[in-house]
Amino acid sequence: MSISIALAGNPNSGKTTLFNALTGSNQRVGNWPGVTVDKKEGKLKKYKDVEVIDLPGIYSLSPYTKEEVVSRDYLINEKPDAIINLVDASNIERNLFLTTQLLDIGIPVIIALNMIDIVNKNGDKIDSRKLSEILGCPVVETSALKGDGLQELSRQAVEIAKSGKKASPKRQFSKPVEDALAKIAELIKNDVPAESLRWYAIKLFERDIRVLEQTHLSNEVKGQIEEIILECENAYDDTSVSIIIHESYEYITNVVQSCVKKARTGMTISDRIDSVVTNRILGLPIFVAVMFLVYYISVTTIGTLVTDFTNDMFVGTLIQEPLGNWLQSIGTADWLTGLIVDGIVGGIGSILGFLPQLLILFFFLAILEDCGYMARIAFLMDRLFRKFGMSGKSFIPLLIGTGCGVPGIMASRTIEQQNDRRMTIMTTTFMPCGAKLPVIALIAGAIFGGAWWVAPSAYFLGIASVIVSGIILKKTKPFMGEPSPFVMELPAYHFPSAVNVARSIYDRGSSFVKKAFTVYLLASIFVWFTASFGFANGSFGLVESLDQSILHDIGSAIAGLFAPLGFGRWETTVATFMGIVAKEQVVGVFGVLTSIGDADLALELVDSANLESLAPVAALFSSSIASYSFLAFNLLCAPCIAAINTIRAEMNNWKWSLFAIGYQCGFAYCVSLMIYQLGTFFAGGSFGIGTFFGFAVLAVFLFMLFRPMPKQRTIANSKLRAAI
Amino acid sequence: MPTLREIPVGQTATVVKVNGTGAIARRIMDMGITKGVQIHVRRIAPLGDPIEITVRGYELSLRKADAEMIEVK
Repeated sequence: MSISIALAGNPNSGKTTLFNALTGSNQRVGNWPGVTVDKKEGKLKKYKDVEVIDLPGIYSLSPYTKEEVVSRDYLINEKPDAIINLVDASNIERNLFLTTQLLDIGIPVIIALNMIDIVNKNGDKIDSRKLSEILGCPVVETSALKGDGLQELSRQAVEIAKSGKKASPKRQFSKPVEDALAKIAELIKNDVPAESLRWYAIKLFERDIRVLEQTHLSNEVKGQIEEIILECENAYDDTSVSIIIHESYEYITNVVQSCVKKARTGMTISDRIDSVVTNRILGLPIFVAVMFLVYYISVTTIGTLVTDFTNDMFVGTLIQEPLGNWLQSIGTADWLTGLIVDGIVGGIGSILGFLPQLLILFFFLAILEDCGYMARIAFLMDRLFRKFGMSGKSFIPLLIGTGCGVPGIMASRTIEQQNDRRMTIMTTTFMPCGAKLPVIALIAGAIFGGAWWVAPSAYFLGIASVIVSGIILKKTKPFMGEPSPFVMELPAYHFPSAVNVARSIYDRGSSFVKKAFTVYLLASIFVWFTASFGFANGSFGLVESLDQSILHDIGSAIAGLFAPLGFGRWETTVATFMGIVAKEQVVGVFGVLTSIGDADLALELVDSANLESLAPVAALFSSSIASYSFLAFNLLCAPCIAAINTIRAEMNNWKWSLFAIGYQCGFAYCVSLMIYQLGTFFAGGSFGIGTFFGFAVLAVFLFMLFRPMPKQRTIANSKLRAAI
Repeated sequence: MPTLREIPVGQTATVVKVNGTGAIARRIMDMGITKGVQIHVRRIAPLGDPIEITVRGYELSLRKADAEMIEVK
């Protein structure tokens, strides 16, 4: 029978490094059921039948964060054969707090006392034998980074897993608390697994919501437990949770005093770095410089270079052309060649085109995370972004989003708080990405005569949309609830590990490719089909031009929908529709449908700012205001398929993904409606029904923006009362 | 009783009590801010919030609004 060992420990304690060292390349990455928390599993090196499960990094087993809930549900319900508890020896006090909770669960525990080399280097001494005696479980000194002690750790972990030797925690709370726990244990001993009795008793004493729900105790027993708790709380004049945590830390302080000898403490290197990097004066300039560097390298220079190379050279010249020629030479039907070359390979190609740029971005993200600067970014930017219902870490997705929305949305993974992350995912693609630039240039050139203000106004529109959406959505029900706590560790800086960085790039990259291919492929085939087939000359088949295609029929059918926005023609509708495949397609479609005559030619004209030749595009719009309304809609509405698919993957929830896309389209519609209707009115137009709706939408927006925060019930408390 | 919010940068204070219930109070206590522990206020973020403190030998940042829940002396 195979053995499972869970790896548990605080964030920033070197857990990823230890997991990589213990399992080597033999890993699988997935999601824990129902949440976007990475679940990593791997086979223990040299022990083929031993599975290591990497639990998320957590500080405690409270019921409040999804990482903690996932971890405790796993430990309590799945019952691994043993737990390796990673303890950062250089930060032992807080790390042992989780240990005290793990020891009570009733599963064999072994402690990996990690980063022991750093402790020794600082001149501190930890008596690990004594620590093991006091805590009642084996302790192995390790350095995951250097590989020290790992074989011994594996050997002992497998041993305790096989023998099933439970930890024997000797920790005692003060007498009244122990009495209360004993009484609770007596009441519930037939309702919970015997080996975890103490854990359940402590959690019920803490009035833990989830344990209360899961244990299905009768109301009578619940009432008795509540009486026991109240008696204890009155005696201490404190809450039960506070009593337990306080006494746990008191116990740890004693353990640390008897096992750890600290040398004189001075400023560490990490402290010195921090006094510069988060300095009141230098902090922000350094932040701007770091962000500029990341942006400049991954989006503008190397990023564009490799993307262009993959798109044009690799996919276009090396695959599509030869493949097309070959298919024709063996006499493949035209429609099949089209499907394979343009539909399938073209679709895959545009995904591949993203990949190099993505990998560069993932490289920077991994370094920022691994060295500890990511936490400082949140520290520096928290105040600003909190106002829009986001996190300080939202800055990075938004910044990257100005290059490409796909890696931007993926970068939101570094945000722990669920609401902050959802908000960031929903608003990242409001930023004008690289593919939207040709559209902006087209409108600016063809209609506004190359006016300088069009491009900056697009960025302003994007930023304003992020802020306005943040403020509006923050006051709506899905985003309300308890404000997410911002109690964040600022981990000591350390040099990023090459293995961790490589691993992180690989994991993110491969998850992108896997998810992208399926949906993107289907969507590309669908769009290719609607654009290439249609009814012509009385029969259904491959058509010569877009205006005979199914896409034209669809465009004509729904064009009326866009009439209030000022662009109710089938050409503009089809352009918008194709923009969802890739935003620069808007320019291509205009190229095909006007006297310019060709998609690539139109893109080239935009590139070379050849304004006169773009003039035919202007004929598609009734006024310049209408064309700006069209631009705004295309910038803000649902992003391209690749980005939509990324939203789906990162939300990991269909309802939320649909809500996000729906919100983006709705928001874009409202903004364009206001631009066209109010713009036309103020430019001297008459007051019509459209103007009325324009003002109405504006009024709703202003109300949503400035209304006070609706009153919210404290959800946790009411739930708690209901449970008792 | 003063709260942690009122402690100036560079000063050290002793925690008397963590007020409040629910997720935030629990998180604050889980991170080691409990009765009797010493807290050193290291710095304030350039934009004026949050603050950075040293507690139990490591660095922690928390918002001023959350620091108000912590009574000190």
